[in-house]
Amino acid sequence: MSVWQAVVAVCLGCYALKLAGLSAPRRVLDHPGVRRFAALVPVALLAALIAVQAFTHGQALHLDWPRTAGLGAAVVALLLRAPFLVVLAAAAAVTALLRLAGL
Amino acid sequence: METTTRSSAIRDGLGVGLAVGLSGLAFGAAAVTAGLSVAQACVLSLFAFTGASQFALAGVVAGGGSLIAGAAGALLLGVRNTLYGLRLADLLDARGWRRLPVAQGVIDETTAVALAQPDGESARTGFLVTFASLYLTWNATTLLGALGTSQVADPAVFGLDAVGPATFLAILWPRLTADDPETRSLRAVAAAGIAVALAATPFTPPGVPVLLAALPVLALVLRRPR
Repeated sequence: MSVWQAVVAVCLGCYALKLAGLSAPRRVLDHPGVRRFAALVPVALLAALIAVQAFTHGQALHLDWPRTAGLGAAVVALLLRAPFLVVLAAAAAVTALLRLAGL
Repeated sequence: METTTRSSAIRDGLGVGLAVGLSGLAFGAAAVTAGLSVAQACVLSLFAFTGASQFALAGVVAGGGSLIAGAAGALLLGVRNTLYGLRLADLLDARGWRRLPVAQGVIDETTAVALAQPDGESARTGFLVTFASLYLTWNATTLLGALGTSQVADPAVFGLDAVGPATFLAILWPRLTADDPETRSLRAVAAAGIAVALAATPFTPPGVPVLLAALPVLALVLRRPR
């Protein structure tokens, strides 16, 4: 498989997956179990995504101190009810500064 | 009242779209560093348009891994958009041909903004504003990041790698801290998702741990159907 083939396969597949969810028969959503599953599942996946992006590297658990401190700064900003962009800027700035300091 | 919720949906959407869109810089840089061409990076952002899958494919290309496994991992990550689509189908009320363009926008950020709105009208507004601003910014910054990679040797120097998890945290935060009877089960679901994903990381290929985080939700739904 060439890189271009992989790129095209991912593009087509990702779009098809999105369309499949929107096009599923309404019957599927009428089931209360499916409704509840669909309501809760983004919370679980987003939380898992945070943990995986923050604390893993490939297949290894990996604690990157500057990045973890950056997330800590994001939590503080959120507790202070800072606007969204300030939260992200705080995370990036703290991470970058700690790296600059050689941690 | 209605204008207030609608303009707050627009503000949410623009905030998320522009801020997350900027991390396209990191994707463009990562993709070219991994060995993808500028054109390949841009095609992925234009047509796949789902960050985690794009990063996953670039990661496998960088590691010299199997491209078939890389594509499969990227698609597995894309499965959550199917679940988001199920959730959004009623809310967005997109029927017939209009489903085709709307489908491209069904991703983490648009779903989170849409679901955070108090009513259907502002949910649709939030979805569209997030989709439009994120799509434009993400593609422009992918191009910039890919072209500029020779100048920016390492995006980690600027702490850009912390922006991804911080984004998802900021999106999730209001749902986990709301004064609502559902909040406790949402927190439990989030904690279970994190535990499962981290526990599975050493034993499964990249992409799979995040999917396995759906299992505790499945268990909860099957145990106590409502």
